[in-house]
Amino acid sequence: MSLTLEQVQRIAHLARIEISETEARTTQSHLNGIFQLIEQMQAVDTTGVEPMAHAQDLSQRLRDDVVTEEDRRAAYQAVAPETEAGLYLVPKVIE
Amino acid sequence: MNQWEVVIGIETHAQLATVSKIFSGAATAFGAEPNTQACAVDLALPGVLPVLNRKAVDCAIRFGLAIGAEVAQKSVFARKNYFYPDLPKGYQISQMDLPVVVGGHIALQIGQGDKAYEKLVRLTRAHLEEDAGKSLHEDFHGKSGIDLNRAGTPLLEIVSEPDMRSSEEAVAYAKALHALVRWIGICDGNMQEGSFRCDANVSVRPKGQAEFGTRREIKNLNSFRFLKEAIDYEVQWQINEIEEGRKIQQATVLFDPDTGETRMMRSKEDAHDYRYFPDPDLLPLVISADWIARVKGELPELPGQMRERFINDLGLSAYDATALTASQEMAAYFESTVAVAGKANAKPCANWVMVDLAARLNKEGRELADSPVSTAQLAGLIQRIADNTISNNIAKKVFEALWNGEGATADQVIDKQGLKQITDTGAIEALVDEVLAANAGNVAEFRAGKEKAFNALVGQVMKAAKGKANPQQVNDLLRKKLAG
Repeated sequence: MSLTLEQVQRIAHLARIEISETEARTTQSHLNGIFQLIEQMQAVDTTGVEPMAHAQDLSQRLRDDVVTEEDRRAAYQAVAPETEAGLYLVPKVIE
Repeated sequence: MNQWEVVIGIETHAQLATVSKIFSGAATAFGAEPNTQACAVDLALPGVLPVLNRKAVDCAIRFGLAIGAEVAQKSVFARKNYFYPDLPKGYQISQMDLPVVVGGHIALQIGQGDKAYEKLVRLTRAHLEEDAGKSLHEDFHGKSGIDLNRAGTPLLEIVSEPDMRSSEEAVAYAKALHALVRWIGICDGNMQEGSFRCDANVSVRPKGQAEFGTRREIKNLNSFRFLKEAIDYEVQWQINEIEEGRKIQQATVLFDPDTGETRMMRSKEDAHDYRYFPDPDLLPLVISADWIARVKGELPELPGQMRERFINDLGLSAYDATALTASQEMAAYFESTVAVAGKANAKPCANWVMVDLAARLNKEGRELADSPVSTAQLAGLIQRIADNTISNNIAKKVFEALWNGEGATADQVIDKQGLKQITDTGAIEALVDEVLAANAGNVAEFRAGKEKAFNALVGQVMKAAKGKANPQQVNDLLRKKLAG
């Protein structure tokens, strides 16, 4: 399997990364290199092997349902580009 | 509409009743000042890691057990990737391939009387995920304001199979689900605050066709009325489109409550490509058999089980049993009334709770919890009807007196206001004779075959008795005298 240039451009768009056509071609060849590696791995017979969801064979640690965080809005908003009335302001986005 | 069949599936987001967020220790309380409950994890500051809230998992297990589903021994959290300012990480932590709850079903009672029927809606799955923040688009000189208090609030997304065939069934499903999540204490069900919101997948197909039509998804319906209106409008719109020769395009639509219409938000071409993949920050969630057994032991009697018990043990109709188990408060009020009034009075207890009490509460906009009439008072009243001390009509007066605090018990009110029913045959007979003598006109009319005249005579006797004569006895005596 290999990616077309259009697919690379679509992935870039989905990730909100602006790339020129030259960059897209370089990226395409890098990604296709990775796909070759994946193809090699897919040649291994994995019949009967359960897919792993994580590299470590451990299970999720859980926390009790208690509020441990205090309000630190002032500190967080001090480093935000723009705030008003306690809100973070961002360029207008309407879906 | 006869030749079209409607197909509806519903996705529900139920906010789980935890005090802290699903992956952080920030509070989830509603209505706080903007961003005062958004910590470093919720803001996605660099280097932070999620740690799963045990209570959120507990809620998911409770739900799975309550709907007869399989609770997955192992489930996996995945990243759902999209860009939006109220989603600081650039992805929502959700579950994709291995959700925590698989399968299950909910039984619905639809309609009443002769048209009543039962319906089983199958559930596909339920999975844990985090909510996003809130965007405010007005009043910020061309910018959007972002409040991240809601970001990271635990949600259970509950997905049904496309089993519903009308907006009525869809509403019945949503109501049953709403009652269930409150009943088992996993969600407060507050729809105004967004704790329980539904998306409806709607399509139509010619009756008898096996394949589904193309569906459109109506997003974010936060009331049962909107759910019904939105589906009804959407169904009619789709039928019109098809009948005018156009094809339905798969799309996501929004319902506008002001116009009562749905409008397209995005088409299939613009649909999000979420690029799900397992979240490397979270290990698989493993739920032991012990944990499931413990939660099972803590579950209350479920509405479905209680409903069956009301039908089988108390002889109630399916309709009454369903209505009484609509909420835990109502069921508890009914049960404690029956406990005093006795099983034999279960039917009148059901009527008084569902009809008279409900109407009175409704009139004053009060909840059952602050009813001025206690279950013991109501039971006392029902016992006096059962033993013929008062008639149903007088009982309404006594109920009103109890509501207004004019007596501590029904007996006290009956005594104080002299409402005891006259059942002494001699006394009633005297009244009947009096009325017959004074209303020769009516008597003649009745003898000439006018049944109406009989009712007038009954009314006269009841009036003479100040409403306290036993109506059945009055009827019987009058008939006897007029015949004789």
